[in-house]
Amino acid sequence: MKGFRYLKDVATLELDRETCIGCGRCVEVCPHQVFAVADRKAGMVDRDACMECGACALNCPVKAITVDSGVGCASGMINEWLQERKLGRLGGGSCCD
Amino acid sequence: MARIATQTGFADTLGTWKARWGIGRMDFLVPPGLYAIGRPTPDAPVLVTANYKMSYDIVRLTLDSRNCWLLVLETYGINVWCAAGKGTFGTGELVRRVTSSGLARVVNHRRLILPLLGAPGVAAHQVKQRCGFTVSYACIRAADLPEYLDNGLATTPAMRRLTFTLYERLVLIPVELVLTLKALAVISGLVLLACGVLGGLTAGLTAFGAYIGAVLSGIVLGPLLLPWLPGRSFAVKGAVAGLVWALCYRYLTTAAGWSIAATLAALLVLPAVSAFYTLNFTGCSTYTSRSGVRKEMRLGLPVMGGAVLAGVVVLLIGRLI
Ligand code: SF4
Ligand code: SF4
Repeated sequence: MKGFRYLKDVATLELDRETCIGCGRCVEVCPHQVFAVADRKAGMVDRDACMECGACALNCPVKAITVDSGVGCASGMINEWLQERKLGRLGGGSCCD
Repeated sequence: MARIATQTGFADTLGTWKARWGIGRMDFLVPPGLYAIGRPTPDAPVLVTANYKMSYDIVRLTLDSRNCWLLVLETYGINVWCAAGKGTFGTGELVRRVTSSGLARVVNHRRLILPLLGAPGVAAHQVKQRCGFTVSYACIRAADLPEYLDNGLATTPAMRRLTFTLYERLVLIPVELVLTLKALAVISGLVLLACGVLGGLTAGLTAFGAYIGAVLSGIVLGPLLLPWLPGRSFAVKGAVAGLVWALCYRYLTTAAGWSIAATLAALLVLPAVSAFYTLNFTGCSTYTSRSGVRKEMRLGLPVMGGAVLAGVVVLLIGRLI
């Protein structure tokens, strides 16, 4: 995203070009312009920009994309961790919970 | 069919203000279902949104003086982005609403227009399979809807590009502040008490102010200065904001008589506190990934904890010698 770059080489995004049919849905749904379609195949042109929202994977009609998507904020993850261990939850953090 | 007003009144403005500050956010449920905006014909476009007060209001107001259909999904008062992540703004709910509202009999086309940020919850090809409607992801911001509709339902590249402007960051801060008030009150109280007992009232009050400032640096300064703070990591950005705060505060309160140990402790603890709160802001950011945040936590939390602990030890040693 213009003016903002997050950590390098952490995104879990994977694309199986063999399976891809070049429909362009991933280009349409990605808010960070990670994909481009050329010669009827999608390619990852900016993988580090991926925020792991999961939109591309869910909307790919042939399941050519995988990504580990989910809660992406610190307090959300701490809560996930606490709940898995049945330790209650932490206050604060206004992200999606 | 319910027809809805496209002008706002004072109550709406107050509602938005209250929602921003996190006051009774759940009071703003809009009943899900199909609504008419203006006098739509069976050819008019169908827009889909969440039953979250602000999403609904913004869409309603930008469509002022147009004729279209608005299909509101049940997301339990949560915005499109968060609801999509949870799956409530999702394929199942969309198909259910299309069916229960009898949309297929109301319009004579088969096209649904969705906010782009709803895509993480909706599988377009499955919607098509299950109810016959094609999904078009229009744009990220409701403000672009008029242009999208005027251009014959065409999305420009700018309409699908996420941004994180100063204003977009600013409006997120009130809720963050309100949500930390309780923890802030408890911890700053403890800081006041502990430092007061250790070094007297002045030391207690100075530490109290230092702590509150560090929290505010992490919640307000870090997010506002985000693109200008060094590094890619939110924790590092927050630590820098906290360090700047610690140095300024130390300089401005010289009269309080800082010992070397207290100065050292402040330089250790305050950046760690700010770092934690800025790292937490990743939950609101529009470009951080889950894996990135996980990496920052794995590396950052032990460092922050260690710094706080080291600061406390330095303070105690300072008292003993
Ligand atoms: S959505 Fe899937 S099939 Fe379509 S272009 Fe992207 S990767 Fe290829
Ligand atoms: S997960 Fe989201 S941000 Fe990442 S490539 Fe897919 S659509 Fe883009």
